[in-house]
Amino acid sequence: MKRPAELKNHQREIYYFRLRLMLSLSFVLVMLLILLLRFVYLQLFKHDYFQTMAESNRIAVVPIVPNRGLILDRNGVVLARNYSGYTLEIASRKVADVEATINELATIVDIQPKDRKRFKKLLAESRNFDTLPIRNRLSDEEVARFAAQSYRFPGVEIKARLFREYPFGEGTSHLIGYIGRINEKDVDELEEHDIASNYLGSDYIGKTGLEQSYEKELHGTTGFEQVEVDASGRAVRALTRTAPKSGNTLVLTLDAKLQQIAEDAFGNYRGALVAIDPNNGEILAFVSKPGYDPNLFIDGIDSDNWDALNNSPDVPLNNRALRGQYPMGSTIKPFMALAGLFYKRSPSYTISDPGYYLLPGNRHQYRDWKAGGHGRVDMFKSIVVSCDTYYYGLATELGIDRMHSYLSQFGFGKKTGVDMEGEVSGLLPSSEWKMKRHNQMWYPGDTVSAGIGQGYDLATPLQLASATATLANDGIAYKPHFVKEIQRPGGNAIAPLPQPTADLHIDPQSIELVKSAMVAVLKPGGTAAGAGAGAPYLIAGKTGTAQVVGIKQGEKYDANKLSEYNRDHAWFIAFAPADKPRIAMAVLVENGGHGGSTAAPIARKVMDYYLLGKVPKPMGTVDGGGEVEND
Amino acid sequence: MGEVRWKMIELPAINKKELQRRFMAHMDPVLLLALGLLMLVSLVLLYSASDGNWLRVFGQFMNIFVAFAAMWLVANMPLHYLLRSAVPIYVLGMVLLVCVALFGEISHGARRWLNIGVATIQPSELMKIAVPLMMAWYFEKHEATLTLRNYFVATLLLIMPVALIARQPDLGTSVLIGASGFYVLFLAGLSWRIMLGLALSGLASAPFLWSMLHDYQRHRILMLLDPSQDALGKGYHTIQGMIAVGSGGFLGKGYLNGTQTHLDFLPERTTDFIFAVYSEEFGFLGNLILLALYIFVIGRGFVITANASTYFTRLMAGSITLTFFTYAFVNMGMVSGILPVVGVPLPLVSYGGTSMLTLLLGFGMLMSIHTHKQLVKT
Repeated sequence: MKRPAELKNHQREIYYFRLRLMLSLSFVLVMLLILLLRFVYLQLFKHDYFQTMAESNRIAVVPIVPNRGLILDRNGVVLARNYSGYTLEIASRKVADVEATINELATIVDIQPKDRKRFKKLLAESRNFDTLPIRNRLSDEEVARFAAQSYRFPGVEIKARLFREYPFGEGTSHLIGYIGRINEKDVDELEEHDIASNYLGSDYIGKTGLEQSYEKELHGTTGFEQVEVDASGRAVRALTRTAPKSGNTLVLTLDAKLQQIAEDAFGNYRGALVAIDPNNGEILAFVSKPGYDPNLFIDGIDSDNWDALNNSPDVPLNNRALRGQYPMGSTIKPFMALAGLFYKRSPSYTISDPGYYLLPGNRHQYRDWKAGGHGRVDMFKSIVVSCDTYYYGLATELGIDRMHSYLSQFGFGKKTGVDMEGEVSGLLPSSEWKMKRHNQMWYPGDTVSAGIGQGYDLATPLQLASATATLANDGIAYKPHFVKEIQRPGGNAIAPLPQPTADLHIDPQSIELVKSAMVAVLKPGGTAAGAGAGAPYLIAGKTGTAQVVGIKQGEKYDANKLSEYNRDHAWFIAFAPADKPRIAMAVLVENGGHGGSTAAPIARKVMDYYLLGKVPKPMGTVDGGGEVEND
Repeated sequence: MGEVRWKMIELPAINKKELQRRFMAHMDPVLLLALGLLMLVSLVLLYSASDGNWLRVFGQFMNIFVAFAAMWLVANMPLHYLLRSAVPIYVLGMVLLVCVALFGEISHGARRWLNIGVATIQPSELMKIAVPLMMAWYFEKHEATLTLRNYFVATLLLIMPVALIARQPDLGTSVLIGASGFYVLFLAGLSWRIMLGLALSGLASAPFLWSMLHDYQRHRILMLLDPSQDALGKGYHTIQGMIAVGSGGFLGKGYLNGTQTHLDFLPERTTDFIFAVYSEEFGFLGNLILLALYIFVIGRGFVITANASTYFTRLMAGSITLTFFTYAFVNMGMVSGILPVVGVPLPLVSYGGTSMLTLLLGFGMLMSIHTHKQLVKT
């Protein structure tokens, strides 16, 4: 039961509600009246105007695709170019029976089963209003034959197009990357960045490597042509034309010849090499082996080739130089030595190496790679002979968190910021990291193995090359980069002058000690003596081995017992000439065993060419030689 | 729990007439007629807009069929179900919206869809119903003691989903939901002074909001205001839409004879720009008829609202009716070039299953409100 007071209130409420409802109704009517007036204006007053517009609206806007920018090496050698050719394309939307049409077409032009497979794949991935190529690179004869019979094939046409080509093929696959047909995902991305209208006529977009990272520079600006169309929508004549602007040309810091020599030096090994000019961060060579033929991807790869690449145990599609993460192994030692000197370990501090290291109060033996040990070892010798025991002790003395804070200055554990998409950050462990990631305490034993780069740590070849360059340049760091200059079609170019990104302020005496020890690595008695033999310039280097499988306590590593893919990875970092470095690099040979015997000779060949112009002898003849020691 | 007792239910002999009566018991014949005519327009128009593609027409027929079934179910549902479902539906919608913001799928530049394994769903559609429902429920609950605080809370209930949807970004949907919620606030008696204050503070904060935007977002807003800025993108749509409407003239170019339509000049012909097709082929006279149909539906909605017996149903019915008007006005306004292009379909005419479903669910509620009132206490 409601009291009268509320009831009255209620009636008042209804009254106010109806008042507001009436107001809403008037609002609705006013707005609809505005709409009606707009119709009167458009359809009655302005009818003649719009009638003429509609009639002359036989003007369609046709996009003109710009030429994609070229990619050149530092000496002007072409790494990616365009050539014109004819394609036979099918507008699947306008063709009732695609299969039958292709069969029919096959009687006029040569259509291979792989063309059909590729077409099917494209059809599945494409936007439905696309026209898709069934054959590329038609011969003149084929073009003529189709032209004569084209009336039989509505919805099929010949198009003149520019094709992308990578003359070095596999050799620059991981560097240049490739372009491919624009798919749904790319469209979404373009729309998100509000640049979809610049791609109205474009069929291709950079998918990986520099083609992807510099898409904005390479693509250019789409032009437009207004054409008059007849009643059935066919273009009759062109009215106005806004010319497209070609994409910019990229001039890389890379040396194509050096790249090729580095590539060849790997032979049948898998791995990666990154060479950097330490004085400015320019990347001189960037190899990831094996590569793949990027030309296969441009018009959609056929499924056989795709399966072969995708299922190969050598993972050729993996960019090892940029994205491969490996334990640093002994290549960490020069950086550890610098850390030790920074935290006041005396260079003359000497240990007596029994061949293993014991943590206080623990019986676990951390073994040196050399059974029986290296005898008396100071800091200089510790680098030359790669003494593990020395670094077990040094790491324990420093502690993981001081190691972390010093080594991270060289860029370990973070992205270098290189101008290529997809970089990974590697891993430089700390006690905080372990707690966060594994929810576990950092144990003293973790520090011991971290001291020789065999714990949680991971680095990419690019990171290690960059760190080596910083070391070579006495602690003044540059950001590694691929592009030296961006040339506009008009002729003017942008060439940013590389600026140092950091100065580590390394004590000159410390850097001198570490560098001279690294020089001794390539002299008799050092772990890469063979690779240094007979060099007319001074090389500084350090070998390393990254374990793929752990070896149990008391067991011995035996390469012959392990299957090929489980053998150790070989590292070698180097720079030369040691007194005035012009090139610094990191070489990784997957399952290559010892850094001194497989990775170092590759580095030597690259340096010989870069510093002396010396082209290596054809494959098969091994130069260098000499006794190679373990690491 | 007492023991379960099985009762024999005597099924009355149902003849054809009785079946018809039961089927129509909760339908509103007046509304039904107007909706039916609009859907007929939709089917006829889609045939032309799709260049004679029967699949499109049949697809829309299926959309109508499904949506109609949903409308019938809702209309036959007693109102207290509706009232009780307000909170769960709203909470579900909000959870889904947050999920979309966190891990939704990006398509066509916006993060609107959520992949739930079996299908992708667009939770913002659900909110078109859920937001006014929730607000009406909230006002009903606090009817006896409405204070300023209640309006504030109701506004929060509205702003949260609208902000999430605008962020996706989905301007069209957030405008529609914002409007539907505002209508509830207005009908619930939000004081004029506060509305004026809100409007003024909105204007005052505009420069600040503007400075918060990214360059590309500003560019987008400027494009809305000046379509010629983007003559190849959305501006092109507006210009071509206006030409289609204007060249239609008094009588139109005749069914299937629109040149703008059939020479591929009109974008989104079967969805957001279908009004341009209609206007080009049926002219000013056709537009008058279409406006009359819409006014008829809206008018009936107002009658139902005015006669609704509870606070909740009044607010709900009013909001549904006014939102329907907003749909129609925004769409026709954008096609004829007096409003910026935001993605809002022409209600009941544009091709699309989701908007058909949401709209007819709304009309189902209207019918339920109209036919169940004697069963609900005031």
